[in-house]
Order: sequence, then structure tokens, then C-alpha cells
Amino acid sequence: MSKTIAEKILSRKSGHDVKANDIVIADLDFVMGQDGTSGLAINAFEQMRAAKVFNPERIAMVIDHSAPSPLAGVSALHQQMRKFAGEQKINFYDIGDGVCHQLLPEQGHVVPGNLVIGADSHTCTYGAINVFSTGVGSTDLAAGLVSGKLWFKVPETFKFILNGKLPAGVYSKDLILYLIGDVTADGATYMAAEYTGEVINNLSVEARFTISNMAIEMGAKCGLMEADQKTIDWVKAHSNKTFEAVKADEDAVYARVKEYDVSNLEPQIAKPHTVDNVCPISQVAGTPIQQGVIGTCTNGRIEDLRIAASILQDKKIAKNTRLIVAPSSRQVYLQAIQEGLIQVFVEAGAAVVTPGCGPCVGTHNGVPSDGENVISTANRNFKGRMGNPNAYIYLGSPATVAASVIAGKISDPREYVK
Amino acid sequence: MDLKGRVHKFGNDVNTDYIISGRHKFKTLDMKELAKYVMEDLDPDFYSKIQAGDFIVGGSNFGCGSSREQAPLAIINADISAVIAKSFARIFYRNCINTGLPLIECDTDQIDENDELAIDLQAGVLHNLTKGMDIPITPLPKVMLKILSDGGLVEHFKKYGTFNFD
Ligand code: SF4
Repeated sequence: MSKTIAEKILSRKSGHDVKANDIVIADLDFVMGQDGTSGLAINAFEQMRAAKVFNPERIAMVIDHSAPSPLAGVSALHQQMRKFAGEQKINFYDIGDGVCHQLLPEQGHVVPGNLVIGADSHTCTYGAINVFSTGVGSTDLAAGLVSGKLWFKVPETFKFILNGKLPAGVYSKDLILYLIGDVTADGATYMAAEYTGEVINNLSVEARFTISNMAIEMGAKCGLMEADQKTIDWVKAHSNKTFEAVKADEDAVYARVKEYDVSNLEPQIAKPHTVDNVCPISQVAGTPIQQGVIGTCTNGRIEDLRIAASILQDKKIAKNTRLIVAPSSRQVYLQAIQEGLIQVFVEAGAAVVTPGCGPCVGTHNGVPSDGENVISTANRNFKGRMGNPNAYIYLGSPATVAASVIAGKISDPREYVK
Repeated sequence: MDLKGRVHKFGNDVNTDYIISGRHKFKTLDMKELAKYVMEDLDPDFYSKIQAGDFIVGGSNFGCGSSREQAPLAIINADISAVIAKSFARIFYRNCINTGLPLIECDTDQIDENDELAIDLQAGVLHNLTKGMDIPITPLPKVMLKILSDGGLVEHFKKYGTFNFD
């Protein structure tokens, strides 16, 4: 039977020939928890009366959401994670190591064809390297820690065929914002998204992560891409694990297929307070901005920092504007230091914070004030997301954020990109 | 399982940041404490309006956003007996089943604020007592009913040590 990528991976991992809507129990290649979700999972693990995790090498816990800890209650959660990780001898990443979704591929834990769960909704990020990875809650995480298995409903697939060539100054972030605006926040609910076409082929692996990262913002369970030579080279540079990538069959059955030509795409902005409230930048250009954020699991990679620094080079951010930069991992941070990018940010007037989630989820590191406008490279702009329900969050590419903080208002980055 | 209570009505796309804000969820694992902030950004007085057994009713895509299990746990600990919506976001759906919070998928256009509802989960019917009408509900798949009837995934694992749907 012809299959989508999702059907193939779940068939392989469950040992059954499955199709969309079947319910299966499948073997997990990797299991991840972060500091917002691991505490409850460890409690559930203990309540399940389990003594040992199924395989310590295939588990990681990451302290990234509130790192370093801003509160005693959070410190207690962190301590609980450190203790559990030490006892169970699992992979552990502490404050300053980076965001979970950067670390799993970067540290070589996940490779094409894998089935992965993470107790974080943006676990779909690794779909960019052909991994069926999906976000779960703490109790699912606990079940995964104990058994190395989880039940799945095999998703139907929504295929996006992306043709044409992205214009200069328009990036994979603009593309995914555009797609989310088009299909809406629940356009792919319960489905796997598959992204194909020449636009994807021409993107770097780093830029592809941005697209898969935001699959959840259209409701999708995962955001899959095939592995081409670029993917294979990237994965081999990061991991020693053996792998077998998965391709969709020519005549696989899709629930929906949509085709786009992106050659005339403008930079895109998601306006407050939903990710699918998307418009071309020309409609909101000039909106005053008090704070910019460059970082997060969506756009904190070295390529993103290079793009932002190329715009901020020899410039200053506007008076009464703040810029927070959070590299997505220690490795990215070091690379950015070596390349002189951090110097560019600091000279421009930015505050560079610990690698990790930064101000993304409102726990620390830059909570906006009432009535303030923020422009961020993150993936969510929900009311209250950054810790204040009376602030307004706009989402854009790293180039858009860089151009906007220089002017103190939302600005088209194409002016800077020849 | 019969449920009876009053309706608190919300709109479409109620996300997990609204259910329990990231501001609060990192503070503690004490769910009774977190429950006080449930839906705070949509209605600051919401917690004080709840009577035990009440329902939260939404439109489509209820529970979208993050994977925080504090969302269903805060709802359970606020003494809400079930969430009723046209459709649910996937992770939230799993989390509710796993923590033992019943979810009811049905047309919610005919349900308004303060309506009295009675729900018969076995029979798959929702009675809107205020409006005197019955609304059919989508039945849950077998796997989920099994987990709910075991009292959540923790209890399921306590009983079987692993997944068991036979
Ligand atoms: S950077 Fe933001 S979206 Fe990404 S894992 Fe951290 S909190 Fe979640």
C-alpha cells in the first residue's frame, strides 16, 4: 500500500502495516522533557511505581524555559530534574546549554526516520530532518520514560507543495507565517504536515527547522520533510547514529494538498493575539515598537543571528527601544562570538541573554509592560504569552526584527538586503 | 458517568496560555493553587464564579498552544467536571484523557452562558436542561475510554506496568 512519511514511520515503529486513522502502540527512538513539563512527569513516573527508565541513552531532560531560575519554586523544579537525571543516568542539559529543540538535533540525538516524543509542543521541529516528532504532555512523557512506547493515532497528511523562489529579504519564517495565515490555526489539526517542492529543496537545513517548528501553529501533529543530500550531510555532521530516511510514495493518499508559488511573497507579520492573524509587512509598517526579541527555538540559530547581525552592523537600535538576543544553544553562542556577531549585537545596544527560551514564554528575561509592542522571532504571540496580557506581540523574521529595532517601528528588512 | 452543572462559555481557539498562564505554571506543582488562576487572562474573576461540577464550554480548537499538562490539571482542580467544545487541539486532548478529565465534542452553538446541562457519557447524550433540547456527542475511541475508565494513564500503568488495550 502506498504511504505518506507519517504512515511509513509509524508502520516501521509499530511493526504493523498501518494507514491514517489506525491507532497503534509504537516504539520510541527518543524521549525529551523540559523544565516546564518534567516535574509533573517525574511525579507521574513515581506514581506509576516505575524504578528505572526504559533506556537512559534515549532520554534527555533540558532546563531551558526558566534558565537560570528566576524564582525559588522554579529552582525546586530544577533540582528535582537534576536529581532524577543523575539517578537515572539520562542525558541532561542544564542552564545555558540551550533550547531543547536546538539541542536534540544539534547534539545528534535524533536522526531521519526516527519516532520521537517531547513534552513540549514544538517538538515537531525535527520533522525538518525527516523525524516523526511530536509534542505530548507530562503523563505521556512519563509513560514514554517507563515503557519506551506510546499510543498514536496515525495522522492523515496535509501536503504543502512550495514552488518558486523566495525573494531577497524574505525567509522561511515569512513563508511559514504565510502558510499559517492561509490555512489558519486549526487548518491541519490532528494531521501531519508534509512540506515539499523546490522552495524547501533550496533552503538550508537551519531554515527548514523554522518551518517544521511552526507546524503546531496550524494544529499539525508533526511537520515532515524528506531527507535530501543536504539533510544527510547535516545529520552526519552532528550524529554518529545510523539511520534510514523515509520518503513518501508517489501515490500516497493525502487528506489535503495545497500548492503555492512564493516568488512574490513579501515579508510577513503575525499580529496580536493569534499566530494566524498574518498580513504582509506593508500593512503594519510604522507600528511603534518598544522591544525586539531575536532567538527562541524558531529563529535563534547561527544563520538567524548572521542575518540579524548583517543588518545591525554599525547601527544602533532606536532610542527607547530594547533588543534582547538569546542564542539557541551554547554552541550557537560560541560560534556567534567567534564570528563577531555578539559584538555587533552588543554594540548596537542589545542585551544578550543566556542560551535558552529567553523571554519567549514570559517567565523571565524581558516581560513587556502594559500597552507595549514587541516584535519577536518566536512562534507564538498569544495574549499574555510573554508574561503580560496587556502587551502586544508581533512575529516576524530575524531580519524584520533587526530592521524594526533600528527604526523603533515595524520596518521592511528588504531596504537592507540587496 | 453522569455529569450535571452550569455553563461557562468561551469562544474559539482558547489556548493553554489562557487556561493557565506561563506566568503561574512555573511557580508551583500545587494544582489547587494553580487552579485559582484558571482562565485569568480571559476573565480575571473566573475562579470565584465556579461552582463544583460546572462545565467550561468552548468553540473550535479548544486547548491549542503548549503541551502544559497544568492546563487540564488546573481545570480539574478548579472543580470543573468536563470541557465541552466543537473540537479540541491534539495535545490538550491527549492530556485530558491521560489526567482523567472528560472531554465532550459536540456542536456548542446551542449552549449559552449559565445554561444547565446534564451529560450521560455512556449513552452519548448531552441534555440542555435550560433550553429543553438534546445534543448528540461524538463517542470517544476505545483506547481513550479505556484510559479514562482506568482513571487516567498513571492508574493504567499502575495496573498493567505498560500499555494494555486488550
Ligand atoms: S523557545 Fe519558546 S517556543 Fe521554543 S521551546 Fe522555548 S518557550 Fe517553547
